[in-house]
Amino acid sequence: MNFGNIDWPLIGEATIDTLLMTGFSLLFTVIIGLPLGIILFLTSPRQMLSNAPVYQVLSFIVNVLRSVPFLILLIVMIPLTRVLAGTSLGVEGAIPPLVASAAPFFARLVENVLRELDPGVSEACRAMGANSRQTVLLALLPEAMTGIVAAVIVTAIALVGYSAMSGVIGGGGLGDLALRFGYQRYQTDVMIVTVVILVIMVQLLQVFGDRLVARLNRK
Amino acid sequence: MIVLENLRKTYATPERVSHALAGVSLRIERGEIFGIIGRSGAGKSTLIRMLNLLERPTEGRVEIDGQEITALSEAELRRFRQSVGMVFQHFNLLSSRTVIDNVCFPLRLAGMGRREQRERAHEVLALVGLSEHAHKYPRQLSGGQQQRVGIARALANKPRLLLCDEATSALDPETTQSILRLLLDINRRLGLTIVLITHGMDVIRAVCDRVAVIDAGVIVECGDVLDVFLHPRHGVTQSLLSESGLDAEGWRDVAQGVQGSLLRLSFKGASTLQPLLSRVSRDLGVDLSILQGSVGRIKDTPYGQLVVAVQGQADACARLPEVLRAEGVVCEELHQ
Repeated sequence: MNFGNIDWPLIGEATIDTLLMTGFSLLFTVIIGLPLGIILFLTSPRQMLSNAPVYQVLSFIVNVLRSVPFLILLIVMIPLTRVLAGTSLGVEGAIPPLVASAAPFFARLVENVLRELDPGVSEACRAMGANSRQTVLLALLPEAMTGIVAAVIVTAIALVGYSAMSGVIGGGGLGDLALRFGYQRYQTDVMIVTVVILVIMVQLLQVFGDRLVARLNRK
Repeated sequence: MIVLENLRKTYATPERVSHALAGVSLRIERGEIFGIIGRSGAGKSTLIRMLNLLERPTEGRVEIDGQEITALSEAELRRFRQSVGMVFQHFNLLSSRTVIDNVCFPLRLAGMGRREQRERAHEVLALVGLSEHAHKYPRQLSGGQQQRVGIARALANKPRLLLCDEATSALDPETTQSILRLLLDINRRLGLTIVLITHGMDVIRAVCDRVAVIDAGVIVECGDVLDVFLHPRHGVTQSLLSESGLDAEGWRDVAQGVQGSLLRLSFKGASTLQPLLSRVSRDLGVDLSILQGSVGRIKDTPYGQLVVAVQGQADACARLPEVLRAEGVVCEELHQ
């Protein structure tokens, strides 16, 4: 092992790639997963817009996507990824499978956060003459904010891990580097550095997330 | 005026059909404080939720101020609900919003402008005595203060009716009294009709004009609070009363071996304050011994109820009830 041989600019580039992959996937995950989670919650039994067929179909899709191992999803999705991102390689190529895997996960987390809210809040809204849209936008989402932020952090951390896996199919980033140099070329030093960077990233996310949640919490 | 006609609510589960309400009819007058009392599971919660259709009756109709609300469309119903305030046992405030934003919430739903919302919110917060806490969050307040926010929120839209769902059940006795005084004050100052449900007779006694006792989904007794307290007819009412220390049958324990006839005397209003017993005792030459008694106030009316044993000349004893009745006292003969 010789840390002097490490190509630091390459590591810097890979770190930026990982950050880009995680960041963009997180953005799309929230854009897709948040409404999906809200719809799952609202259409579930005994809720405001309770609708068994819609709930069961959505719930089934979510479960299927969540039960496919990410590595398989990565490969299965290649044709679709080419259509969506123009390529199945690099940072762009990693984003669609990352979102497809994380959005259903995030949606379930959001559904659970909403379910944990005091049902009294919805009841009070209904008694005040609020419609479902007003209840969700003006009362439930603000009340669920800390829980949703916590769910975003959990998802972001999962995405850091998943993004490393996308190195297997040439996804770029730190995982790619660890695989190519650390595994295929036996450069354990590169492996260690990438792992350390990933650990630091996850730690930073968690600390930052916990602080944000503590600041937002009014309960 | 509120008219409830033959309200039924049934829940059908695969195993069985249960009746939360089995045919309830009531009339509630404008401006009164009407209490509904019952044990948990008696159906009182379902009943109060039918006054703003948070629960829809399976059968029957609800009419409020001449408007049949059971016939309204969803959109009309939402508009109607904006004119009915509701206060909850667990307050149900938005923890993510400040006190004033909580109070503004129903006004915002009603489409009021932001400046007017604030003005109105400050008015109602002053009414409930929370002006200085306007910018705090609910968790920074005590339970009683949170319930005051709940009341301010319910009053913000100038409702025609205020529904209180066990509004004091989560509060300690002292706070309960202050919230009840507030409700009474609001009722008097605004002439607002209040319907409340509770499982405590003390709440009924402190503020209500009339009361309905509900058991197993039916109203078993309904009338002026004073009459129901002094002359409870139904077993459920009697046991609810005895739990709050107004046991009508306690005399039986001490009456054994007591000579003479037994009478239960009920006084209300001005006659409570007269030295009636000593006067009739002197005039008729009878001796009275008190076996049980309670004297107090129900809302604003003083009342007294005594169980006495009467001894003396037979004809004097026989005349006693008649003399007392002439003074406005209700006399019942009791038998051991």
